[in-house]
Amino acid sequence: MAVATFFGARVNRREDPRLVTGNGLYTADVVLPNMVHAAFLRSPYAHARIKSINTEKAKALPGVIVVVTGKDIASKLNPVPCAWQLTNAEIKVPKYYPLEIDKVRYVGDPVAVVVAETPYQAADALEAIEVEYEPLQAVVDQESACKPDAPLLYDNDVPNNLAFHWKISSGDVSRAFAEAEVTVKERLVNQRLLPTAIEPRGALAQYNPSKDELTVWITSQNPHVHRLLLSLMTGIPEHKIRVISQDVGGGFGSKIPCYGPEAVVVLLAKELLLPVKWIEDRRENYVSTIHGRDHVEYVELAGKFDGTITGIKVITYANLGAWLSTAAPGVPTILFGTMLSGPYKIKNLECEVFGVLTNTTAVDAYRGAGRPEATFILERIVDIFARKINMDPSEVRIKNFIPRDAFPYTTPTGLTYDSGDYEGTLRRALEISGYKDLREEQAARLKSFLQESTETGKRKRTKEKLIGIGLSSYVEVCGLGPSSIVRSTGFALGLWESATVRVHPSGKVSVFTGGHPHGQGEETTFAQIVASELGVNLEDVEVVHGDTDKVPFGMGTYGSRTTPVAGGAIVFACRKIKEKARKIAAHLLEAREDDIVFDSGRFYVRGSPGTAKTLAEVAWASYGAGSSELPSGLEPGLENTTFYDPPNFVFPFGTHVCVVEVDTETGQVKIKKYVAVDDCGKQINPMIVEGQVHGGIAQGVAQALWEAAVYDKDGNLVTSTLSDYAVPTAYELPSYETASTETPSPHHPLGIKGVGETGTIASTPAVVNAVCDALSNFGVKNIDMPLVPEKIWRILSSSSPRLESPSSTTSPS
Amino acid sequence: MSERGASSSSSRESSPPHSTEAGGRSGGSSSKRKKKKSVSGAQSGISDLEAALSGRKTIQVKVNGRVYQREVEPRLLLVDFIRDHLGLKGTHIGCDTTNCGACTVILGGKSVKSCTMFAVQADGEEILTIEGLANGKQQELHPIQKAFWDNHGLQCGFCTPGLIMQAYWLLTSENPNPTEEEIRLGISGNLCRCTGYHNIVKAIQSAATMLRSARAQEQVVVTAREGRR
Repeated sequence: MAVATFFGARVNRREDPRLVTGNGLYTADVVLPNMVHAAFLRSPYAHARIKSINTEKAKALPGVIVVVTGKDIASKLNPVPCAWQLTNAEIKVPKYYPLEIDKVRYVGDPVAVVVAETPYQAADALEAIEVEYEPLQAVVDQESACKPDAPLLYDNDVPNNLAFHWKISSGDVSRAFAEAEVTVKERLVNQRLLPTAIEPRGALAQYNPSKDELTVWITSQNPHVHRLLLSLMTGIPEHKIRVISQDVGGGFGSKIPCYGPEAVVVLLAKELLLPVKWIEDRRENYVSTIHGRDHVEYVELAGKFDGTITGIKVITYANLGAWLSTAAPGVPTILFGTMLSGPYKIKNLECEVFGVLTNTTAVDAYRGAGRPEATFILERIVDIFARKINMDPSEVRIKNFIPRDAFPYTTPTGLTYDSGDYEGTLRRALEISGYKDLREEQAARLKSFLQESTETGKRKRTKEKLIGIGLSSYVEVCGLGPSSIVRSTGFALGLWESATVRVHPSGKVSVFTGGHPHGQGEETTFAQIVASELGVNLEDVEVVHGDTDKVPFGMGTYGSRTTPVAGGAIVFACRKIKEKARKIAAHLLEAREDDIVFDSGRFYVRGSPGTAKTLAEVAWASYGAGSSELPSGLEPGLENTTFYDPPNFVFPFGTHVCVVEVDTETGQVKIKKYVAVDDCGKQINPMIVEGQVHGGIAQGVAQALWEAAVYDKDGNLVTSTLSDYAVPTAYELPSYETASTETPSPHHPLGIKGVGETGTIASTPAVVNAVCDALSNFGVKNIDMPLVPEKIWRILSSSSPRLESPSSTTSPS
Repeated sequence: MSERGASSSSSRESSPPHSTEAGGRSGGSSSKRKKKKSVSGAQSGISDLEAALSGRKTIQVKVNGRVYQREVEPRLLLVDFIRDHLGLKGTHIGCDTTNCGACTVILGGKSVKSCTMFAVQADGEEILTIEGLANGKQQELHPIQKAFWDNHGLQCGFCTPGLIMQAYWLLTSENPNPTEEEIRLGISGNLCRCTGYHNIVKAIQSAATMLRSARAQEQVVVTAREGRR
């Protein structure tokens, strides 16, 4: 029987037939009888007092059912909760209400809501609401916002707009820098990004008075967490709310948080006794759904001329926006500072983070959440160091990697890396990319470029394109995570995961997972796990998620946690079922339990495989529960619910190589080759792993080359549409060459690690390193992202290339 | 590729610039409203036009082979007509600026973004949506749908119907034998945030091969009702 081979097979996704035929059910697709439509009036000012709101004209418009302001519902809704209140820093969590009452703090801050019979009527009514604002000075950048004279968002509730000041250090950083043979430092900016799930957010709430219950369809990555937070905000008991989130059109972190308007929709549905639907449009999504990244970093590295890195020091200004979103404080601290030594054996490390509120949309977890920021500064500063000591960047990395025999490895920040072979992925990536040949080609191109420049006397006019090669090695923490650790950091809940595996009387299996995949393919990979564990056919396993009435409390999908943690819960639930099934099989076969062998879905007495009981027969007996079917003392039924709390995080790793061609006439960067070698341990479905890596790379490349959320000084998001925010198309992105090594996680029952964010984490610095490498002969040390043609053209236009080749540019000094 | 990342607020939308005067304006206001305003603002006889716009118009369209007659507001976007009036929810909305392509349908043989047309402009037209490919049945996929499935050309699936319709137009009307670059250019009006496009391109290459070989064998594999005229 081939069932055991499901694990590791490139099985086509079972999600797809409904999605390719237009039969997916996204929140906006749900239609209920008598449904009405909400629209939010949002502030055009980044910072202003609300002097008055007149809703009379709006209320008189056709189709309008109700217009509600922040004042109207102030007593009915609690502030938006923040779920990650750091323990090792004094944190100020300001009260941020679902609808603002007396002051707005960013462009897009909601001040009123209209409910009308159609979405068009609701939009009309928004324009008829008259709001009188008293504009205040706004502050949008984090370094200015925490200066003494900056305007205060929450007055004395958050002095200096400083939500927290977090520090972590280990070893002796002062000594490392005092004794350093060489130091490098750089200001690096990790620009603000817009997550841009193609499906905007939305919610539809329906109150059922006969049962005093609410059903909420919502765009959520974590339905149970949403239910809990909606309950906290509205005061409606948790067990009286059912959250359903069937298909979700991408999240990338932006559908983790609970947002104020979601609670408003719930409240309105209960008050109006009508189903109320609200769906964002893209502009609303861009100004009101969380943003990502936005760090200003001051990075210093201490090292030796032989390439040894001895210390790293980082000061980070993290822009948190106008309120502390659900997981926001943990992103630039726990998920960032603890990973700053990366794959290297750096002992001396210091990181200081200023978490600053500004008059901008809140910043929270966006794909990678903290780890891309950490990897970016580490991989950039390592390259800058390598250039300074005139060493190949691959050699510097190899010199400092934690060796493969050093695992489990305790980092200076106290994490325990489970397993790794960092040099293995790097060497593989060099081999696949043809690194040595690339360096030769690069030198040849440079020579020809310089010759051509000299001949024409007009360097800028040369047609030669420069080549740059960028490496990025990473290790990331995912599979969040052991509850005792995440609780100790101030997270409001543990990060275990739940699973119910139910074998029905006919032997068919339903799996109820607390994870909530929305593109990651776990409806398929979880079925592969169960089919392999229980020895049943893949099509006999159903995976259920996204409905709080069906699945036990679960933490949801984010942080590359679903396959390792929710998958772990499923494995253990299956194994407990097998234990019980073995007892029943022994009873049916009139044998001792110890003598029962389980193989490919069949139980038999050792040595007698011909007389076997299938799992279906055992299941039937378990529900029949007659005395000939169940041993005495055993409960009927064949299902198990497991709450799996992982003993550790998992730490996937890898090396990416990016090769770029820089057009010296236009400054345009083209990716010629992109090689990713990742190690996420055992793979359940390599096809899905590759897909996750591809998508991750695309988002990281997009940050390096094109994307930036830009505010003007008054706090207007000038990139508030997809015409202005440069999400790349197929024409701009390259193909990717992916490969993997396999270093299983020793503590995971299946040896797997997460892979949802690795591509994003690795790719951004690989691209920037490549471009800076291409321009190194122009004296370029760093260029702030995104590396758009104009910036590069200006560098090429204003500086002369040095005639040395990159390998002999600088001598140690 | 232009420098889009650092561009200023030169939005293609017809929304007014931020004014400093007091008064309610929605920072995240609806595209539907703006469309109406841009039309009225362009005309001198505003009140006449407003009157005309406030009326309703009866339109007739053939969608996936079925004729529908509906009375609509002139400002109703085609995508809202398809989704909310005809109940065909496979056509999605991901933006309001004609960028994302999630709403792509085939209208009169051409691929169009249905968020950028009014329903009244489709009066008398024939439309094919994702539900019209292979009868919308999951057991009976069009070769392009099958290729997306086989090549893992989708993840969250939200952009997928639009991309499949765009690929359908590309392969059946524009270029049955595209190069990789032609495919990438051909779908550059559709955004996908999950896949990085790698497997979408592979899927379309594979679908092109399937469709060509089907044509060569003179087998009718195109089961879209629109194709059966």
